Amino acid sequence: MKTNKVGRQIPDEIAEKYGVFEGQFARKLTYTKDAAKVTNVLPGESKLVDTIHDAILKTGLKDGMTISFHHHFREGDKVMNMVLAEIAAMGIKNLSLASSSIANVHEPLIDHINNGVITNVTSSGLRDKVGAAISHGIMKNPVVIRSHGGRGRAIEEGSIHIDVAFLGAPSSDEYGNANGSHGKATCGSMGYARVDAEFADKVVIITDNLVPYPNTPISIPQNHVDYVVVVDSIGDPDGIAKGATRFTTNPKELLIAQNGAQAIIESPYFKDGYSFQTGTGGSTLALAQYLADEMRKRQYKASFALGGITSPMCTMLEEGLIEKIIDTQSFDKGAAKSMKDNANHYEISASFYANPGNKGAAVNMLDVVVLSALEVDTDFNVNVMTGSDGLIRGASGGHCDAGAGAKLTLIMTPLIRGRIPTIVDHVNTVITPGESIDIVVTEIGIAINPKRQDLIDAFKNSTLPQYTIQELRDKAYAVVGEPEPIQYNDKVVAVIEYRDGSVIDVVYGVDQ
Amino acid sequence: MIRDAAIYGADAVMFDLEDSVSLKEKDTSRFLLFNAIKTLDFGDLETVVRINSLDMGGIDDINAMVRAGIKVIRLPKTETAQDVVEADEAITAAEKQCGRELGSTRMMAAIEGPTGVLNAPAIALASKRLIGIALGAEDYVTSMKTRRFPEKNGEELFFARSMILHAARSAGIAALDTVFSDINDMDTLRKEAELIKQLGFDGKSVINPRQIPVVNAVFTPTQKEIDNALAVKAAIAEAESKGSGVIALNGKMIDKPIVDRAERVLMLAKAAGLAVEE
Repeated sequence: MKTNKVGRQIPDEIAEKYGVFEGQFARKLTYTKDAAKVTNVLPGESKLVDTIHDAILKTGLKDGMTISFHHHFREGDKVMNMVLAEIAAMGIKNLSLASSSIANVHEPLIDHINNGVITNVTSSGLRDKVGAAISHGIMKNPVVIRSHGGRGRAIEEGSIHIDVAFLGAPSSDEYGNANGSHGKATCGSMGYARVDAEFADKVVIITDNLVPYPNTPISIPQNHVDYVVVVDSIGDPDGIAKGATRFTTNPKELLIAQNGAQAIIESPYFKDGYSFQTGTGGSTLALAQYLADEMRKRQYKASFALGGITSPMCTMLEEGLIEKIIDTQSFDKGAAKSMKDNANHYEISASFYANPGNKGAAVNMLDVVVLSALEVDTDFNVNVMTGSDGLIRGASGGHCDAGAGAKLTLIMTPLIRGRIPTIVDHVNTVITPGESIDIVVTEIGIAINPKRQDLIDAFKNSTLPQYTIQELRDKAYAVVGEPEPIQYNDKVVAVIEYRDGSVIDVVYGVDQ
Repeated sequence: MIRDAAIYGADAVMFDLEDSVSLKEKDTSRFLLFNAIKTLDFGDLETVVRINSLDMGGIDDINAMVRAGIKVIRLPKTETAQDVVEADEAITAAEKQCGRELGSTRMMAAIEGPTGVLNAPAIALASKRLIGIALGAEDYVTSMKTRRFPEKNGEELFFARSMILHAARSAGIAALDTVFSDINDMDTLRKEAELIKQLGFDGKSVINPRQIPVVNAVFTPTQKEIDNALAVKAAIAEAESKGSGVIALNGKMIDKPIVDRAERVLMLAKAAGLAVEE
């Protein structure tokens, strides 16, 4: 066992393969970009293929290869299930699955794992049933969890080499120019898919909306695309993008949001031209509204908003409170529409967004990011991956990427969820190291990371109630008690890669 | 909600054992609340419990709540001074049994019907434990064969509100206004809070934490009011130092009611957490 910088014990075999986490900027990354194999397409040749079956045949997919999908269709996705069913029917086995993330709707994956079709998985996240099955040990090899930026890095440097990318697209022409803004089931940005398209040997666009050549705007360009398949439906529009985002009326979420907004407003970073990223939860959306109110009062404009984008951000863009949005994932219909209609709402790839190895990711330019947490520990380490039962149920997402990049990183979390404390001695799984976290915001007040003495000084006269992180933990434990340790078995079911490729934690299995 | 009741900025939190609890759940909720009050830290918050009427389990409620250390017991549907006296006696008995300081449990009486409204002056004087009387409007308007018209200045409640105010002021205790039930209509809530502040109420019950900032904003003095109150105090100090008997500020004579009002403004400002430099 090797102990990494956040005190986690990493089994030797895994430590040797990946190296252990030594600090958020400890690795200086230099790599030669991985190259995709290209087979040219001559005038008169068609990329259109009748069925997914025929496309799989044409790509030459074989046992042992790596395939990928994007998760822009979230819970509405039909593409991954369709393609995997076809691959399974064709008898291809022992594949590595390198999806950008895996949703609840991908439950059939459990059968494909059990049947030996999929034997390796890397993903940002694993949701309820698939996550639980992995935690219960259905795979021989551990899943590799990568952040959005970390996946971009892994693909660019060749740690993940995708043989065939199957990329669902809300619109495409016959030559494979694709975007997510037009069609029956729009998803807005195709930021994750753009990385796959650039670096995969074979790229198959799967669409339910074939449009005349050339399809613009071009998110995925024709020169990366080998084949185009038209199907009846790539996904359920309501699962892909929710309608109008509802604002929370939950008073505790509002209180957390208020405290978070006050912390940002009183920080040295809140000024005209600042930049920010917020998440999609109830509290963060409310926080954006409180920020907007204060920005109107002070006549501040944000230079840009980044990240997963929701319609309230786009409303701020239209109002002129935000100059530009750069968007790697559009979370609702309003965000998808804004990207289509507003030239200042700009689509970027996941590598542009967060890859720590490239020549400068967008997260590096962030002033403020607001993130959530399942658990935070007294070293400020954050878990967004495993639940209080030890089962994998979350997603790494851009958490550690934005946390490392931004000048001010806030975690907004209730002190207690149900009967479970969220501020604890040790998180189950470290996704983002405490050194990336500056302020933890709860409904009763905030805790500033002691390494940020500058912030502690800046908040000396604040009316925000302030506690040490240990005091917050004690307040949580005083109500619900100290949680019993989870009974893990000794099988590593997931390796948690930090964004730089080192191992920040491993997840052990839980018996059923 | 019980666990988080302290965090929303209310001055007092009132737990209900009465109408919001179904008959089957009365024992469970009393037990739950007893343990919550014993266990949880409510900080400076005044804890109040609305008990059941004495013939419907209210005695059990009193016994449990006094032992738990509740600060205030709110009697529902108070019709006569005798109702208050009986509750007072039950509280005294409970305090004796558990060794709590006699008289340390305070009382509020909710007046929720025409008889109670007409008896308000006697009710307000019925116990030394009483710190305030409150209007419960929903039952009252039903008994009066009307309903609430918050959009029409609540004229249907004008007599009851006035009675309660007079009774409270005459007895030297607080007058508290009824809840506003539409938790999504903040504009009407604000208007109603402004109205009852104008009438003279000390505060208003709310039923959702989101209503707290709205009511607090109405009751928080404006900077102009605070400045004026400070000027009044300064003028008095100056007059006293000069030994002058007649005090004037900006051409207006300052007499005792003006001084009292200034002090109340400053008290409210401090209670609202505003920085007041005297």
